[in-house]
Amino acid sequence: MTASLGDRRRERIDALAARAGALPEGDGGVSLVKSAFRRLRRNPVFLIGAVIVVVFLLVALFAPWLAPRDPYAQSLLSEVRQGSIPGSREGYPLGVDQLGRDLFSRLIYGSRQSLLIGVVSTVLGAVAGMMLGVLAGAFGGLVDTLVMRFVDIILSVPGLLMAISISVLLGQNQVSLMIAIAVTQIPLFARLLRGSMLVQRDRDYAVAAQALGVRRRNVVLGHVLPNSLSPVIVQATLSLATAIIEAAALSFLGLGDPDISRPEWGAMLASAQSVLSVRAELAIYPALCIIVVALGFTLVGESLREALDPKFRR
Amino acid sequence: MQRRRTTRALAASAAALTAVTLSACASSDRDSATTDDAAKSGGTLVFGAPGDPAMFDPAFATDGESFRVTRQLYDGLLTTKEGSADIAPALSESYDVSDDGLTYTFHLRDDVTFTDGTDFNAEAVCANFERWYNFEGLAAAPAASEYYQNVFGGFASTPDVPSLYKSCSAEDATTAVVEISQVTSRFPAALTLPSFAMQSPTALEKYDANNLSGNEDALTYPAYALEHPTGTGPFKLESWDRGNGEVTIVRNEDYWGEPAALDKIIFRTISDGNTRRQELEAGSIDGYDLVAPADYAALEDGGFQVLPRDPFNILYLAINGGNIAGSQSNPALKDPRVRQAIAYAIDRDTIVKSLLPDGAEAAIEFVPPTVDGWTEDVPRYDYDPAKAKQLLTEAGAMGTTLRFYYPTDVSRPYLPDPAAMFEVINKNLVDAGFTTEPVSLPWNPDYLDAVSAGQADLHLLGWTGDYNDAYNFIGTFFADAGGGQSKEEFGAFASPEIFDALATADAEPDPATRTELYQEANKAIMDFLPAVPISHSPNALAVSDKVSGLTPSPLSAEDFATVSISD
Amino acid sequence: MLRFIVRRLLQLIPILLGLSILLFAWLRALPGGPAVAALGERATPAKIAEYNRVFGLDEPLWTQYLRFLGRALRLDFGTSQTTGRAVTDEFFTRFPGTVELTVFAMVFAIGIGIPLGYLAARKHGSWIDSTSVIGSLLGVTIPVFFLAYLFRLLFAVQLGWLPGSGRQDVRMEATHVTNFYVLDGLLTREWDAAWDALQHLILPGIALGTIPLAIIVRITRASVLDVVNEDYVRTAQAKGLANDTVRRRHILRNALLPVSTTIGLQTGLLLSGAVLTETVFAFGGVGSTLREAISTRDYALLQGFILILAVVYVLVNLLVDVSYGLLDPRVRVK
Repeated sequence: MTASLGDRRRERIDALAARAGALPEGDGGVSLVKSAFRRLRRNPVFLIGAVIVVVFLLVALFAPWLAPRDPYAQSLLSEVRQGSIPGSREGYPLGVDQLGRDLFSRLIYGSRQSLLIGVVSTVLGAVAGMMLGVLAGAFGGLVDTLVMRFVDIILSVPGLLMAISISVLLGQNQVSLMIAIAVTQIPLFARLLRGSMLVQRDRDYAVAAQALGVRRRNVVLGHVLPNSLSPVIVQATLSLATAIIEAAALSFLGLGDPDISRPEWGAMLASAQSVLSVRAELAIYPALCIIVVALGFTLVGESLREALDPKFRR
Repeated sequence: MQRRRTTRALAASAAALTAVTLSACASSDRDSATTDDAAKSGGTLVFGAPGDPAMFDPAFATDGESFRVTRQLYDGLLTTKEGSADIAPALSESYDVSDDGLTYTFHLRDDVTFTDGTDFNAEAVCANFERWYNFEGLAAAPAASEYYQNVFGGFASTPDVPSLYKSCSAEDATTAVVEISQVTSRFPAALTLPSFAMQSPTALEKYDANNLSGNEDALTYPAYALEHPTGTGPFKLESWDRGNGEVTIVRNEDYWGEPAALDKIIFRTISDGNTRRQELEAGSIDGYDLVAPADYAALEDGGFQVLPRDPFNILYLAINGGNIAGSQSNPALKDPRVRQAIAYAIDRDTIVKSLLPDGAEAAIEFVPPTVDGWTEDVPRYDYDPAKAKQLLTEAGAMGTTLRFYYPTDVSRPYLPDPAAMFEVINKNLVDAGFTTEPVSLPWNPDYLDAVSAGQADLHLLGWTGDYNDAYNFIGTFFADAGGGQSKEEFGAFASPEIFDALATADAEPDPATRTELYQEANKAIMDFLPAVPISHSPNALAVSDKVSGLTPSPLSAEDFATVSISD
Repeated sequence: MLRFIVRRLLQLIPILLGLSILLFAWLRALPGGPAVAALGERATPAKIAEYNRVFGLDEPLWTQYLRFLGRALRLDFGTSQTTGRAVTDEFFTRFPGTVELTVFAMVFAIGIGIPLGYLAARKHGSWIDSTSVIGSLLGVTIPVFFLAYLFRLLFAVQLGWLPGSGRQDVRMEATHVTNFYVLDGLLTREWDAAWDALQHLILPGIALGTIPLAIIVRITRASVLDVVNEDYVRTAQAKGLANDTVRRRHILRNALLPVSTTIGLQTGLLLSGAVLTETVFAFGGVGSTLREAISTRDYALLQGFILILAVVYVLVNLLVDVSYGLLDPRVRVK
């Protein structure tokens, strides 16, 4: 690989890939995943993160059953005045927002949007990035150079600018929001997978399989790719956190979901700025939700990375 | 012609227009800043403006931010009394009208000079009228001289468009005679508009004032408009730092009237409403415009003065009745029952109580109650969701889908929070059995273009009046826009009743009869329902306790010459 | 060394070319195409047709691309639809503010981040360590605009300690030579103006600096931990070298290599648009202008700014690379 544009970010990704790939084989028959899992169970950081993530997933899945009220119903609108918003009361544990809607129910429903945007954009970004990575890693040579140049070009535009350009281009809707976030994730996954595949490709099992006459496509898809996935999974967990925060930022910039009635944490946070002096809770609660969930995914991701990294195994 | 209509709609929505109004009710104590005798003359006032001005040649200005500044730099022949809307003399001390109502003789002050030393006299007045009438090329483009075209019609260069202006002659140094071609309620009231302020003929020529370049959609202004605006007003332009959004004006020492108390005013652009409030609280500005209704109480508690302007505006939900050829407008909206269902579905009282500041009123028609021509006897559509559903079912339009447009990133005097207003009305409509498809667009130009081209089924828009004249409201909205059709903004509906009523009223010279005719027009409009009137809403300025002498104007036509600031 | 720099510069060319193709494609794909981007959405069909003819948009794509490239090389991105000024002028009026803010934020992040990260690693497992780890995780998960709002509300509005918006008090009669306000104040000896401008940097600078701070703490800590376990450090210690010497010569110097990369990357990121922070603090830099351009759909400005910023970002990366080469001889020969 020729060192192209001096972007050390890539090298860090590549280094991570190399490390994750260069695992000692065997380990007495205990698979990598199993031994990692054993260590994770005893890691409090992982456990805290996992609890947050699981609770978040449950809330998002069961929102209709958990939310006490219709998140769209402006039930207390007639009691809202400019400069005073009803606080918590019977049936409205956290009070209502500036349009008289139950804040608690909106926060619960908001988890669905965050989950949706986070998962879809990460999966999109990961899949697209991995396809590029596989192309580059499996074929090498000219394909590798071309693909990586393309990735370098994407990398040369800072993430938020890229997301803004794409949102502006595709218009304001949820799909374009997700695509915008996904595109910023592509380079990360592409380089990660490519690096990790380069390492795997030269490993004994891959060389052996090829020597035995297994077709290259099968070697790549059947052996090299699955073994290269673990750093991708780690990165996907971390990317989920980034995606949720980035979605909030785009909402703040007015590039979020055009259906402003739909509960979404980033949009709730952005719209509450105007009533900060009237009821700061309207901004603080959604902000806390974003922070806690992003933290949860980050903790899980970081501890997974540590568990899978032989350097930390000592 | 289509281009023309688009621009007129833009003017309609353009912010703080100005001019004469009716007698606004005497302002309450809270309305006007206390006149503090201790306030010394001198000092600098920093004022937070919601947007950047475009430039300082009022003949080409269309937006409230440019006018806010030009109003301090120039005087017109006529003006409005401070804090009210009564016509008052300015550079013209008085005027006479001929019996046929077509010849106006203006008697000018003789002690006035422009800030470049040029003498103000009848020649200068006629030079201004002739300048406007002889605009050509880009200067005559609808986007450049909107106000002139709205009031006076065509130019010397466009003989096919009728011109209200006929001639101007200087009888002697202090007597200017202006002839117009027809009687209309617009003249001479429109001369109170800042667009028709008097500018120095010498400076206009020296700095090439009419030489616009660029193209109609991105005009580039000459040095006159950007750096050398020259009027007779209480202030002069010192500098305009566009990069930082700061306009600095300084006192005109040779002002013909009472000289301004302040040495200097800095208008600083702060587009975000929260930021404006926080800047005032932090003391880095001394006042700002368009206070968010939610902030009134907090500001007053914090020792600041909130100065509300009397409501002189209308917010409406326009309905596109689906007559525009080739557009994708919704045919269901042609059915009067469906339009009525929309009107019955909206809970105006809750909207007024919960989303708008104190002093806002639910609207029953398209002119505010203070305007001559308002009447109680219009068809009423009070909140009744059951009736809305029933009408919808009768019309067979249950669940009909409406593309509902609203603007983002903007706060208007009549619409402090468009998103909240949209959400509430949208919910009302959904609850009544409509299906909606929300579309949000940035205010300028996307939103204004889309709605004035009739792309929306429903959209939110409003208007701040220019003077106490019903035509200025309902005529602007619903008059025949050519070809027996209304503007596309209202779906190009064809209603001869409305068009005739408006035209007859405008041409009626007798004020009492004219008022009755406007009442009839209002009834016809509310019967046809081309849009749903929502509210008349006050808006406010806020200043620190050090500021005195700022009187809020219902037309947003505040005069800063009377303002002073204490240490 | 020179050869290394030249090689790196040459490698920029394909990236920048690729980038220009991407932006060209972006402009073509915008609703209405380049004519609307240049004239605004109020443009009439006739105007659009005329624009297309004048600017040769009816010619083959590659001719158009070359023309676009030619203009871009001359830094000609047309005029902004909202201000009517040349996009390039607009950029260079705003950029100094962003540079000042970035410098302040990075000084803050580095000044606190490196000592904290080092301390955390040296006291591995202590409360300092866990606090800085948790802090750095929080630093990257708090939405930056929310943090900025909190800072403003607390320190500018409630407590009134520091200015919370703009770059300088408008009542300040400051002379502006370079548009770097702090520098201008120093050059013209208007000390109060410089001091005022500096105060205006504090809140947005700290808000902006939190993410780099969090990352620098983390990287410093991790790489110090890495280095401490390296054989050469143990060897040095075994040799009986003084602890101070080991720390300075062996640990810090080697541990700071990856940190310097991070610093470079973050500087590039901040320079390229602190959109959120600048917006909250109404700070007249590149970021707040971009935000306005988004809301007014000023495509000409967006396009020009994005291209210039991408180039700035790439150049900063190059600079980082070169300095990395200076610090670490291994890179040069690779």
